Amino acid sequence: MQKELIIAGFGGQGVLFAGQVLAYAAMDSGFEVTWIPSYGPEMRGGTANCTIVIADEEIGSPLVQHPPYAVALNLPSFDKYEAEMQAGGVLVVNQSMVDRISRRTDITCIFIPANEIAEALGDKKLTNMVAMGAMLACLPELSLKDVQTALSNHLSARHKHLLPKNFEALQRGCDFAREHLAAQTAS
Amino acid sequence: MTRELIKGNVAMAEAAVRAGLEAYFGYPITPQTEILEHLARRLPELGRAFVQAESEVAAINMVYGAACTGVRVMSSSSSPGVSLMMEGISYIAGTEVPVVLINVMRGGPGLGNIAPAQSDYNQAVHGGGHGDFPRIVLAPASVQEAIDLTVASFDLAEKYRCVTMLIADGNIGQMMEPAELPEMRPLLRKDWPWATNGALGRPRRILSSIYIDPPAEEVANLRMLKTWLEIQKNEVRYKEYFIEDADFVVVGFGTAGRIALSAVRTARQQGIKVGLLRPITVSPFPFAVLDELASRAQGFLVTEMNMGQMLQDVQLAVKGRAPVEFYGRTGGMVPFPGEILKEIQRMATTKLSLTADPRQAWLERMLAK
Repeated sequence: MQKELIIAGFGGQGVLFAGQVLAYAAMDSGFEVTWIPSYGPEMRGGTANCTIVIADEEIGSPLVQHPPYAVALNLPSFDKYEAEMQAGGVLVVNQSMVDRISRRTDITCIFIPANEIAEALGDKKLTNMVAMGAMLACLPELSLKDVQTALSNHLSARHKHLLPKNFEALQRGCDFAREHLAAQTAS
Repeated sequence: MTRELIKGNVAMAEAAVRAGLEAYFGYPITPQTEILEHLARRLPELGRAFVQAESEVAAINMVYGAACTGVRVMSSSSSPGVSLMMEGISYIAGTEVPVVLINVMRGGPGLGNIAPAQSDYNQAVHGGGHGDFPRIVLAPASVQEAIDLTVASFDLAEKYRCVTMLIADGNIGQMMEPAELPEMRPLLRKDWPWATNGALGRPRRILSSIYIDPPAEEVANLRMLKTWLEIQKNEVRYKEYFIEDADFVVVGFGTAGRIALSAVRTARQQGIKVGLLRPITVSPFPFAVLDELASRAQGFLVTEMNMGQMLQDVQLAVKGRAPVEFYGRTGGMVPFPGEILKEIQRMATTKLSLTADPRQAWLERMLAK
C-alpha cells in the first residue's frame, strides 16, 4: 500500500501543519511516512505546499508528480493540482477561495466551503482542519480518530486548549464530504 | 525507543549532540540552517560550545583548533559555504585530526539556488582541498540513515584521524520522517596520544600540517595512503534492492537513490528484471560489488542530481564490460520516479552501446525534450 497526498494553499493557511498532523497520525498507526515541504524564499501570503507519502514499506520518492489525493485551499493551488492529479484521484477544494468548477471529469472534486465552516466554528484558522476532515472521508487508511489522537499527542501544551475546536472542525469537514459523496452516488 | 517524526536537519544535529559533540562552529546557509539553529539552543544548555562564526572560513579554522584538542567537533554548511571551507579542510586533513562535516548540497555552481542537488560529489569524493589525503564521505537517503551516519561519522573520523563528511541535500534536510534517535551518550573525552590538550607534567606535542622538509611530507603522505587503504578495506557500505536476479542495475546515492527505488519497484511490476545499488559510502566507493555485478548485468543506469559525477566511478568499476547509461537532473531539479522508469524501460527494450558517451547521449535526450 502506498498513498500520496499534496496539501497546498497560501502561506499562513496552516498547510504545512495540516500535513504534519496527517504524518503523525500515519506514524502512530504504524505506517512509514514522509512529509516534505516546498521550501524556498517564501513568505506569508505566498504559496506553500507539502507532500505526504504513507506506505507499509520503505518509501522511495518523497515527491510525487501526479498525486492521487490533493487538498487545494486557494485558487492557485486548485489551478495547479487539478491539472496534475492522477485520473481517478480525489481533490478537496476550498470552495470559499475559488470561483470556478472543475475542468476535469476523470477525478472526484469535493468542493467544501471550508472558510465559512471554520468561521461558523468561531475561528477562520480552522480552515485547514475542515479541509483535512473532508480528505479523511476518502482515505480509509486513516480514521478521523487516528488524526484526532495524533493532534492530542503532538500538539504543544500551550495549544492544547484548542483541541476541541480542531476535533469539531475535522468532524464537520468529514461529515460534509461524506454527504457530498453520498449525494453524488445517489444522483 | 519510540519513533518520532523528525526533520532531517534537526535529526542530524541532535544525533551529533547525543554522539558526544562538544563544539560546533558554523555560519547559517539554506537549506541546512536548522542544524545551526538546533545546536544554538542545545549545546549551550548542555554547557558545550556553540559559535556562530563571522564566516565559513573562520568556522572551519575554529573547528581545526578544537579538533586538535581531541574533542568531538563539527561544522555544517551548504555548497557555497563548503567551498569556502576547502583550505581549512586540507589543513585539517594534513594535520590528521578527526573532524565531522555536513554538506546539505544545493543547486550550483556559484550562488546557484537553495533547491536540492548532488553536484558536490566530485568536490567531496575526489577533490575538496589541495593535496593528497583520504576522506570518508557518507550519503544518507533517509532521516534514519542521516541519524545513524552522523553518529558513525564521529567514530570513523576518530578511528582514522581523518575528515568525515556527510553529503545530504535539501530533500533530506527538509523532510520529516519517523526515526529513532540514539540514547544520549555520556561525554567521554578521550585523552588521545596526539591531542594538544595541555602539556602539564608531560612532554609537549605539536600538531601541524607543515612538513617543510619534503622527505618528511612524503612520509606523512604515504602514512595517509596506508590509512586510506585501511578505510577502503573496512568501511564500504551500500544497500541492494532486487539485485539477485537483476539484468539491469540502477546505481544512485542519497535522494536520487531512493527516488530510483520507486522506479525500480514499478519496473519490476512490469516484469523488467531490474535492481538498485545504493552506495551509502561514496568514499570509499563500493567498487568490489560493482565489479561483481559488471560480470553478470546487461546494463547499468546511473541516476544522480548532477551531470554525471559518480557516473565516472561506476564506469571505473564496470571497465567497459557492460553498457553504462546515465540519467540526471541538475541545477536544483529533482527527478520524479516516472523519469527514471522511462530510462529503465528504454534500456530494457533497445540495444545499448558499450562505447557511446553516456553523458553526451543523456544531453541529447534532455535537449530533445
